[in-house]
Amino acid sequence: MAKTVTARAALDRGGLTDEQLVAMLWNMLLQRQLDNRGFQLNRQGKIPFALGSEGHEALQAGAAMAFVRGSDVLVPYYRDLGLVLGVGITPLDLLTNMFAREADLSGGRQFPNHYTARDRGVLSISSIIAAHCSHAAGVAYALTYHGGRGRAVLCSTGEGATSEGEWHEAINFSAIHKLPIVFLVQNNGWAISTPQSSQMAITDVADKAAGYGIPGLICDGTDPIASYRAMKVAMERARNGGGPTLVEAKCYRFLAHSTDDDDRTYRDRDELAKQRADDPVPKFERVLLEAGVIDDDGLAAMKADVLKAANDATDEAEALPYPSVDDMTTHVYAGAAYEPWLE
Amino acid sequence: MSEAKTVPEASMVPERAQDNRDPVPGFDASSEGGPHALGVGGAEPGAERLSNVEAVRLALHEAMVADERVLVMGEDVGARGNVFLITKGFLEEFGAKRVVDMPLAEASIVGVAVGMAMQGLRPVAEIQFADFIYPAFNQIVGEAAKTRYRSNGDYSCPLVIRTPYGGGVHGALSHSISIEALFYHVPGLKIVAPSTPRDIKGLLTAAIEDPDPVLFLEHKKTYRSVKGEVPAGHFTIPIGKADVKKTGTQATVVSYGYNLHQALDAAAQLEGEGISVEVIDLRSIRPMDKTAILTSVRKTRKLLIIHEDNKFGGIGAEISAMVAEEALFDLDAPIRRLCGPDVPAMGYAQPLEDAFMISTERMRAAMAELVAF
Amino acid sequence: MPQLGETVTEGTVARWLKRPGENVDKYEPFVEVSTDKVNADVPSPVAGTIRELIVAEGETVPTGAPIAVIDEVGAPAAAPSPAIPTDKGGPTPLQQAAPRAETAVLPVPATTQRSNGAAVNGMRVSPAVRRLAREHAVDVATVHGTGANGRVTAADVIAAATATTTRTAPISPPAAVIPRGANEVERPSRNEPPPPVQGLIPLSPARRLIARRMVESKHAAPHAWTMVEVDVTDLWAWRMAEKDAFEREHGLKLTLLPFFMFAVTKSLRAFPLMNASFHENGIEVHASVNLGIATATDESLVVPVVRNAEERSIRGIALAAGALIDKARRGKLGVDDLSGGTFTVNNNGAAGSILSAPILVPGQAGIATMEAVVKRPVVRNDAIAIRSMMNVCLSLDHRVVDGAIASGFLADLKKRLEAMGPAGAL
Repeated sequence: MAKTVTARAALDRGGLTDEQLVAMLWNMLLQRQLDNRGFQLNRQGKIPFALGSEGHEALQAGAAMAFVRGSDVLVPYYRDLGLVLGVGITPLDLLTNMFAREADLSGGRQFPNHYTARDRGVLSISSIIAAHCSHAAGVAYALTYHGGRGRAVLCSTGEGATSEGEWHEAINFSAIHKLPIVFLVQNNGWAISTPQSSQMAITDVADKAAGYGIPGLICDGTDPIASYRAMKVAMERARNGGGPTLVEAKCYRFLAHSTDDDDRTYRDRDELAKQRADDPVPKFERVLLEAGVIDDDGLAAMKADVLKAANDATDEAEALPYPSVDDMTTHVYAGAAYEPWLE
Repeated sequence: MSEAKTVPEASMVPERAQDNRDPVPGFDASSEGGPHALGVGGAEPGAERLSNVEAVRLALHEAMVADERVLVMGEDVGARGNVFLITKGFLEEFGAKRVVDMPLAEASIVGVAVGMAMQGLRPVAEIQFADFIYPAFNQIVGEAAKTRYRSNGDYSCPLVIRTPYGGGVHGALSHSISIEALFYHVPGLKIVAPSTPRDIKGLLTAAIEDPDPVLFLEHKKTYRSVKGEVPAGHFTIPIGKADVKKTGTQATVVSYGYNLHQALDAAAQLEGEGISVEVIDLRSIRPMDKTAILTSVRKTRKLLIIHEDNKFGGIGAEISAMVAEEALFDLDAPIRRLCGPDVPAMGYAQPLEDAFMISTERMRAAMAELVAF
Repeated sequence: MPQLGETVTEGTVARWLKRPGENVDKYEPFVEVSTDKVNADVPSPVAGTIRELIVAEGETVPTGAPIAVIDEVGAPAAAPSPAIPTDKGGPTPLQQAAPRAETAVLPVPATTQRSNGAAVNGMRVSPAVRRLAREHAVDVATVHGTGANGRVTAADVIAAATATTTRTAPISPPAAVIPRGANEVERPSRNEPPPPVQGLIPLSPARRLIARRMVESKHAAPHAWTMVEVDVTDLWAWRMAEKDAFEREHGLKLTLLPFFMFAVTKSLRAFPLMNASFHENGIEVHASVNLGIATATDESLVVPVVRNAEERSIRGIALAAGALIDKARRGKLGVDDLSGGTFTVNNNGAAGSILSAPILVPGQAGIATMEAVVKRPVVRNDAIAIRSMMNVCLSLDHRVVDGAIASGFLADLKKRLEAMGPAGAL
């Protein structure tokens, strides 16, 4: 018993309750499971494409915990599987997207991991890296346009995006106008095959913040509580009118960029193995077990539930129909007319 | 400098054909004020005589007063009031939140506006000169135009991008370009290029009220040189409708921008020689008015398209293809395009600029030749 | 008034910096001008003395309007010099746009253009004209063209269609078919008035007959069609070498037709099924080659027959054909002249045609046309050469012969024609 009490006291839970800690673990497990499911389905030949986010579970669960549903707006990038789960996108949403069914949030039009859910505050994105950053700044501007406060925008990218001119333009504009926005950079060390050392001359992306006159925070992206704490500070600052923050969450990308990428051509297996030792999901399982927040049976049950949720969503999504070709010409403009020549 | 004739939309002109022996109105309709110049009923009460640039300003101001979601953003639109003074006084009247001096970064001028529009505002973004629009290409074509489609209707992008284009003002390589051909190819985008004050007022209002992204092109050479009557109060002109600015029987001329006024000038000269040419002001580039063009071509059987933009791949190519597809057996002559040369831009030296721009005399000759074919 | 600013069209004289009688240096500011874009001091274009200030302070004038007169040092005092260079059309040659060499702006209607629809009398016809001509039953060849280079315009066609009296020129027949029953042949009288263009044209007996026989022919015989290209360069040379002497001797023009008929005859001998007729109880292969020649007259088509062509030389064929054609023109053909044909040829190329699909004379298995001789680049011995090329088209009765025989016949004909040259004997 004493050991448990000591362990509880030792856990710096960042103000989170047991329930919230378990919720973060659930999110991480679900992200891992659905992420792997995408690769499994692809290797089965059932879906053409999937992107991997293994290694990002902790920081995304932590960031999601700092997000206020129904109020904040998320502008994600294509590796934010856990983050979107955390703000209200469901496993069924994810699987219908992977299977490109008609019921998909984008009607089967978009690539995997390109979600849209205005009712849940998730912005529609393209595959153009950092183009969404300007949008995020515009959204943040709109949130305070009528003089309001208390809402923030979470703009998420990888470290590769910080080389794009538009990432710079978006932060610059946000800083000038002290917009309620957090620029979360998930630094996993790799942009497809480009290591960070080829992407920038510095080691800490957060160092770029000073150039814009905004604070830059670094957090351990393999620790969900640490990630939560950093994101909470940043999101609160934004909501309270303190302006933008750049949060760099350091993590590691365990899988290749996508199912079309073979990372054996550019990554050292030893390095990968070394990083695996720091896998955030088993790490947080151990933390919660040792702190007595969950026990082995509970964890096993959670994992079973996660698997069932993934399987149910997979089966249900797979059985759904493809979009009708008749729908190809809808939503080009408002209304049904889309032809360029007006009769 | 010749001035614009403002002829009301075709719907206001009586159905019977205009008598072509009437004196053809010059560019300034209001001085004569005859019924043929302004349609049935003569001058409208409360109408104001404005230049093109003043019409832009009026439409913007009216929209900002009417709908507080509307804001303007761009380089130098605030304190400077825009380099053509279009938004002079706006900052003082509407405040910095709604009149935003953007950093020197075209991609995010449009990108930030896209985000604002997706979140429910009605931004009117300005690119200071069309020649500077290229960095914003992805945001216009890859993002704004596709927002509704890629989100399956979940999000929309009610954005207006205004920009002055066109040459003949010693603008040289980077202040004279026409850009419509680069963008009119893109589904999801709308493009308008009105040439008269009334059309500008009606179409800019329509663009701001449109739920989809609209590229609004203003020919800078017509800013102050074209004047005409603009009815008072709120009115819109539907996007996608052309306007027959002069009726005729022996050839159809389709044009827009500064060229439109030259074409009207040339047609007026020919009228005096007994040659009757119909001049259509395209007004809307995407969507484009198929009915207006085909109705005219089926009547005159000959088509001349005039645009300042380079010939190869210019919008004249699409018009030619459409007419050939739909009205081949009505054509009594090959479709002719009179366009800018296929060189990167007009030079700064006066002779180079003159060589690029299409002179009214060349238009007159092309029209006469086509009629005589 | 200078143009200060890209789109400025007028300016206001804010303040004169010089008065009349004062001297001014070149480039020295002499007036303050304001526009809605900028305010600026304007430097003097010349050194001299201010003679007159035309515009008052506070007055606004369009750009290009004169605002002051300066007497330039060294210039005669009486001559006024413009104070400010205008922005357009200034006196220096540099400011004049170099005239652009205008290339031809519209394609000239001519047969040398890319083939784009049938030409009529060598003039291309626009889609509108073709449609209107068809709709109004107007023969474009007969319409006077008021368009560029005499082109027939849509308006011309409409005018022709509504004209009350129009004389039509004879129509060149694409194929000539006349029934075997010679008694039914009628040669229309030349005293009949020409039929009007509009309204209903009553059928002449000949026209009625032709119509019936054409329908019969097409109904009875399944028509197939094939063609070859023939290099007649040498043949043409031969003809050119002979024609003067021939004409002197016989008083007849020597065309390619007798050469062609000679070769056809030989080929028919080699492929006898082409010289045959279909009957329900068998295919009748004819003993002799009686070649019909499709001939146009003023109002009709006739096919006089050169009998026993297999016994004649080229010269003989030429003389026989010449005599028949002359009779046809004079309306003097007899029954014997028009009957017994076993195969027909048609010199279609005379009108410029390069391809045709003629209708068989009822009872015959084939009809061959000579199309126009056209100089074309062709490949000979792996190099480009300019050769005189002539298409030979063949319609055949597919009940009698199949493609193999017909192609063989044409290939044989081609070989013979290409082998004919100046070394031969008429």
